[in-house]
Amino acid sequence: MKKLISILLILSLFGAAVACDGGTTSTTAAPTEAPSATEAPAEETEAPVEETEAPAEETEAEEEPEAEGGVEGKTFALLVKSAGNPYNEKEAEGFTKAVEEFGGEVIVRQPEKATAEDQITMIGELVAQRVDAIAVAGNDFDALQPALTQAMDAGIKVLSLDSAVNPESRAVHVNQAGTELIGQALVDAVFDLTGGEGQFAILSATSQASNQNAWIASMNAILEDEQYADIEMVEVAYGDDEYQKSVDQTQALLKNYPDLKVICAPTTVGMMAAGKVLKDEGSAVKLTGLGLPSEMAEYIGEGDEFPCPYMYLWNPIDIGYLAGYTAAALVDGTITGAVDDTFTAGDLGEYTIVEAGDEGTEVILGPPFRFDPSNIEEWKEVY
Amino acid sequence: MKKNNVLKTLASSREISLLMVMLLIVAIITWRNPIFLTLKNISDMLTNYSTTMILALGMMLVLLIGGIDISIGATIALSGMFSALIMRDNQGVPVVVAFLMSIGVGLICGLLIGLVIVKGKVPPIIATLGFMNIYRGLTYLMARNQWVPAYQIPTAYKQFATGRYLTFGVLNNMITVMLLCYILFFFFLKYTKTGRRIYATGSNVEAAQFSGIDTDRIKFFAYGTMGLLSGLVGALWVSIYASAQGDMAMGIEMDVIASCVIGGVSLSGGRGSVTGVFLGALIMAILGNALPLVGISQFWQDGLKGLIILVAIILNVLTQRSIIANNLRRRQA
Repeated sequence: MKKLISILLILSLFGAAVACDGGTTSTTAAPTEAPSATEAPAEETEAPVEETEAPAEETEAEEEPEAEGGVEGKTFALLVKSAGNPYNEKEAEGFTKAVEEFGGEVIVRQPEKATAEDQITMIGELVAQRVDAIAVAGNDFDALQPALTQAMDAGIKVLSLDSAVNPESRAVHVNQAGTELIGQALVDAVFDLTGGEGQFAILSATSQASNQNAWIASMNAILEDEQYADIEMVEVAYGDDEYQKSVDQTQALLKNYPDLKVICAPTTVGMMAAGKVLKDEGSAVKLTGLGLPSEMAEYIGEGDEFPCPYMYLWNPIDIGYLAGYTAAALVDGTITGAVDDTFTAGDLGEYTIVEAGDEGTEVILGPPFRFDPSNIEEWKEVY
Repeated sequence: MKKNNVLKTLASSREISLLMVMLLIVAIITWRNPIFLTLKNISDMLTNYSTTMILALGMMLVLLIGGIDISIGATIALSGMFSALIMRDNQGVPVVVAFLMSIGVGLICGLLIGLVIVKGKVPPIIATLGFMNIYRGLTYLMARNQWVPAYQIPTAYKQFATGRYLTFGVLNNMITVMLLCYILFFFFLKYTKTGRRIYATGSNVEAAQFSGIDTDRIKFFAYGTMGLLSGLVGALWVSIYASAQGDMAMGIEMDVIASCVIGGVSLSGGRGSVTGVFLGALIMAILGNALPLVGISQFWQDGLKGLIILVAIILNVLTQRSIIANNLRRRQA
């Protein structure tokens, strides 16, 4: 009996190994088989981005072939923050699209939890696999430094995207949108929704999230301007990107500040939780911030029953795509990551490397994209 | 001497000492912000924490038999995601059916865990650690790393969490479900054979076996029930937050275990009551809801929460000790 059980167990392990094999190939192969399903909507809906980036369009046609030299067949790895997050999925989709365009090979790695430890292990594995470039969305600003330095010493080009790692651990950072651009967009939205005067509150993720804090600091700096003298930021609440806690925080804001006019949430979980609470309560408080279109489609609209008139976010597909081309430019030597280096990122056009706020260098994707009732219907299908 | 007597009566019941702690917390919070004690806030709080409170009941059963289950967050995600995906593709699925599907998935998850622990003799913490990863991974695989946003979930289903139709307009549905679970468990543990056998199994497995209790069946039952409740919470979770994500309910097991321990459930099994768990879970809910209300710096909130939990548990242990000492003295006398 015991033997039978142990044989069964071993068999099931083999079965699992085979199944997992299928699993990994499908994650890397997904983009090749998925396009039939996902590409169609993506192409349709990419139009609005191109409209806003009209100047970029001019350069794309002629210069595209140039970027292809010397990167064909090279391996490009993307290490996202964690599995299961739709936003990271879309980043990976864009990255894969870019790498496939210039004929490289893609490895996408997704740690199960959004921790630096998991990422460090995976970086070690990627170094052992001798990839040519690693693009990482850092779960910690400093903790990845030893692992990434090791990768760079092994001749691998390292860049960060979305969430930066410190300047010593990267050649360049791909920034979704300049911190100031986001701060300005959010402050303008608050100014607009409050009607130029009144109270608003911020619902953030965790109090240590570096991107959140940079945006909030930038909003604070912009609010110093006399133009915004009549709007008052009453509190920065932290929902830790957990639903239950974000709901608690939103409800507390509504109860503690009866005159509150606007909640601004620069985090997708915060946006969802606040949207749900405001809608359920039929509150007159308005919501804006950075949210995922599909999650927020339910809450964006004109009229009192919709809490969110409009919100912003960048296109994660584009960040991944830009990171793919940035990695290619690093690998073929077009750029070294120094200020004023320029390169062409496929359909997105030409980009120039600029100085980043952390004394490193970065590429900025562009201003955040606005989602409102006029375009939410098409974007909710995308991500 | 008289003072001592008061202390003695206080110390004679875990539940009463817990109640005192809770009232003290409530008093301080209300003093800092009277909004806390409004009907609306209490309703908000119970609605938002009905999930954690229901889970505490299942966790109590598992702790009573001397086990532990840290896979509940993953079970919630798997079962919630399962029914959410079905609803996404078939908008007409009735709410009850969606709930039953989620509960079914949860029950299967729990029974599998029970099977491995009982038949495989794997220590519960290791078994559930393994299943935590398996179920979470399955959730991602099943959903193909996608998520089900609000607009894809049928309106009737979302309205369950905001509606009051179960009690014809008196209580929010989430609260009703939670209270029903508590009433059910109260009578089940106190007045049924299986209920008493759970305590017997937890306090002394060998003695229980000698007296003819099928302890394996009892353990199986406990993990199955935990899974079933996780499935129920998976359904409630999708309804209240109007979205199903692969990473939902991650880490919730810690809050649930804390609720039980505050409520006086012994981690070594055999000891704990439904009333105590109710108070323990309620204290966790109060802390979650009220700390943002009283305007303490965000940076202090987590630390303060931990401190209060610790104080509640220490008080609990002290009360327990004095109860045991009292009993001993009575027996010697």
